[in-house]
Amino acid sequence: MTEYSAFEVMGPIMVGPSSSHTAGACKIANVAADIVTEGYTAVDFQLHGSFAHTYKGHGTDRALVGGILGFEPDDDRIKRSFELADEAGLSYKFTQTNLGDKFHPNTVKLVFSYPNKDDEFIIGSSIGGGAMKIVDIGGIPIEFNGEYSTILLKYPEQKGVISFVSTQLSTHNYNIESLNTSKDKLTNVVTLTVELDQPLTDELQETILNDPRFSLAKYVEVDHA
Amino acid sequence: MLNTAKEIIEVCAERGIRIYDLVIEEELRRGNTEEKIRAGIDEVIEVMKQSSTQNLTQSETTTYGMIDGFAKRTFDYANNGEPIVGPFLARAMARAFSTSEVNASMGKIVAAPTAGSSGIMPAMLSSVIEKYDFDATTLQNGFITSIGIGQIIAKYATFAGAEGGCQAECGAASAMAASALVEMLGGTVEQTLHAASITLINVLGLVCDPIAGLVQYPCTFRNASGVINAFISADLALAGVESIVPFDEVVIAMGEVGNSMSEALRETGLGGLAGSKTGQRIRRDFLKEGE
Repeated sequence: MTEYSAFEVMGPIMVGPSSSHTAGACKIANVAADIVTEGYTAVDFQLHGSFAHTYKGHGTDRALVGGILGFEPDDDRIKRSFELADEAGLSYKFTQTNLGDKFHPNTVKLVFSYPNKDDEFIIGSSIGGGAMKIVDIGGIPIEFNGEYSTILLKYPEQKGVISFVSTQLSTHNYNIESLNTSKDKLTNVVTLTVELDQPLTDELQETILNDPRFSLAKYVEVDHA
Repeated sequence: MLNTAKEIIEVCAERGIRIYDLVIEEELRRGNTEEKIRAGIDEVIEVMKQSSTQNLTQSETTTYGMIDGFAKRTFDYANNGEPIVGPFLARAMARAFSTSEVNASMGKIVAAPTAGSSGIMPAMLSSVIEKYDFDATTLQNGFITSIGIGQIIAKYATFAGAEGGCQAECGAASAMAASALVEMLGGTVEQTLHAASITLINVLGLVCDPIAGLVQYPCTFRNASGVINAFISADLALAGVESIVPFDEVVIAMGEVGNSMSEALRETGLGGLAGSKTGQRIRRDFLKEGE
């Protein structure tokens, strides 16, 4: 039994033609662009499963580029995203790939290229009804669905990090919706995600994200309806 | 959360409330506010008005052009020809086509409940605006009622064509539209549920067979017939015609029909019209281009 909220039934407002192939794809790219380091000049969209076969007809390609440009799934500009990307000097390409059986059929690996540093990549799956989840950040498995404002942190394993973050949040009266860690066994690098029920203040962003222990520190804000 | 039809009818009678009140109460429990819900519905209504009228006088270009110009052709015929069903219903079908064309050409629509069935609620909306002088609150109450009907369908069955066939997409949208109509026209809670039941009964077993997996053909026809299904079912319910089987049981039956349908008939592009000689040819061409 699935219980849907009101605007899951009557919505989302989106550009067509498919909530999973268009709206979900746009959201993946939109969130991925927020997570990676700024300054990339090219994006390679590696399409897996059903995405690989149907992306043109469903406008998945335009939705992905639109998402990178910061468009939400209901933005009319998605249809013109190729020319808008050209104007912005962003190059992009689409390749078909097979990421393996463990990934959802509607999955894309976004590889961001930079002029002066190594590539970064994000993998996201469109899981139906316009919903998506980011499942991998730079090789580290993760589950992040973009429903809540989220802090994403990476750091070499050490004590005290989680307590530092949760103390900062509780001192400032935040409710933590969820807190998840995953550790890369080979490198001992931990990925920590913290979902919040309200946007993080600039001041608190500064305190948490600028802590020198983090090799990657990102905050992805979600509009809390 | 909304449960069985019997419980909904009893609760509404006891407390003197309507289905939309139950939906709002549930949203309040989720931390939403009534003000935000109604503002959200207004936003939905604006997008729907636009999508259902946009292509009545112009023709959009969609991938493969399978459905281009249907809205304009039907709208012209409704206004200048002598439609068998009369101008009102013919215009309603044209409006459903309009949104389907907007959807297929990457224009802005509301998935209600899905993108493939996104033409039905807007066609109903624009048609009632033409015919009746409803105020904003009445329209909102109708839409919130239809959300309640959608929630019951999602709870006991599915909206996904891949799971339930087109009965789950266009069927759900039509049942939602029918319930909105009965609410807006002042029907009883029972009549609202009967209208939704009759609508779904009319499409039990409706397969999901979009050619090449594109959300165009036959989806667009089912959006047009879906809004008419909503109208006739709402009229039957308002006339006092009843569904013996309560709405929740109709939905469960829909879920079971969906489960027993061959997978080829559930959005795989293998069966039905998608499996026809022409459907397969278009699919081959399309996949080749995707490579």
